[in-house]
Amino acid sequence: MTSVLVEVLNGAGEELVDRWVSLQTESVLFRADLLAPEQVREESSAFVSQLCESLERSGAVDPEATLDGEPWEGMRAFLAALFRSRAQRGFEPDEVAEFLLLFKLPLFEALQKELGEDPAKLVDAVWDATRLMDRLGLYTTQVYARAKEEVIARQREELLELSTPVVTLWEGILALPLIGTLDSQRTQQVMEVLLQEIVDQEASVAILDITGVPTVDSATAQHLVRTMRAARLIGAECIISGIRPQIAQTMVTLGIDLGQVESRSTMAGALRVAFSRRGRKVVATGEA
Amino acid sequence: MRDEVESTLAIAHHHDLVRVRRALGVAADAVGLDPVRRTKLLTAASEIARNALTHGGGGEAEVELVEGRGVRLRVWDHGRGIEDVEEALRDGFSTAGSMGVGLGGARRLVDEFALESGKGTGTCVTVIVWKRP
Repeated sequence: MTSVLVEVLNGAGEELVDRWVSLQTESVLFRADLLAPEQVREESSAFVSQLCESLERSGAVDPEATLDGEPWEGMRAFLAALFRSRAQRGFEPDEVAEFLLLFKLPLFEALQKELGEDPAKLVDAVWDATRLMDRLGLYTTQVYARAKEEVIARQREELLELSTPVVTLWEGILALPLIGTLDSQRTQQVMEVLLQEIVDQEASVAILDITGVPTVDSATAQHLVRTMRAARLIGAECIISGIRPQIAQTMVTLGIDLGQVESRSTMAGALRVAFSRRGRKVVATGEA
Repeated sequence: MRDEVESTLAIAHHHDLVRVRRALGVAADAVGLDPVRRTKLLTAASEIARNALTHGGGGEAEVELVEGRGVRLRVWDHGRGIEDVEEALRDGFSTAGSMGVGLGGARRLVDEFALESGKGTGTCVTVIVWKRP
């Protein structure tokens, strides 16, 4: 079987690649905006030579065997690189799948040309070729899904960084507006950023504003307490602001005790406390 | 009025807690819970779902509207179960080094609370919050 395929692929040569490339570029799923026809050609003929190489190296293997083996290493690497780059460039799953699905037609045509005289042999060859293409297709689906997951994970990290800005309100006074859910990963991030800023700016007061935190459950509260404790160890006092009435009620019912923490309902209130800690106060000039 | 199942959600990761809260928020708005009850429900859900995640090794959550005037949340896990239910509901009890107000606190936040647990069958917590009459 393997040798038949290799023979057919070698025999059909450029013709097979030409046919495949035109099928791809004429497909309704072809992304002319993302892919140049020359590139399709290059990738397609690279695939065919990689396929020949892998088939030759695997020898007369069981067609039911998986692609895990060493002879297919080159093919796996080739497909992984190709599909990962397509996933990252924004191809949809069906557009990516077209590549391999359309290869079946020129391949079957070539098989027919070679084995047309012998229907039984042809059916066998087509079935084996189909199994092989399907397995390659399933492998690329995995690669595609993994690449998408990587994109999502990266975006999540970027979002994490974006969502923890430390603002300098005044000399020695920092504010940290917290938005969204405070899980342990976020808290770790918040804590690192805050502690570093406290040291860099020699701040003595940090306002943690939780206006944008939808719920404060015991885990969130524990994260907050831990952050405040760490800040205190390096000489900064934390003030919590933005606890909305419903959250205050919920925290009391739940039984959360934040300890001896200064807290204010608004950022303005917290800033006033911060000023007094720094020995300053806001006075009206009477000019405005 | 028939009780409607709004959604069933898997709890397998910390991000799933957000999804559970979001589904509950939608249900709470559909029923018209006031902000305090809404927040209490969502916070209780956080505690219960996190409990299923950290102690039960994950599970599922189901959000339902009840008679058009309440929201029911059912969370079950496939963990080892809770040995002493009364003990687990007591404040300050923790086997995981947390604050230990979780389950007991959640019970105080809701109108109805039921906990079933058996050794080897996992834990199922059902809570309801009614719209203020």
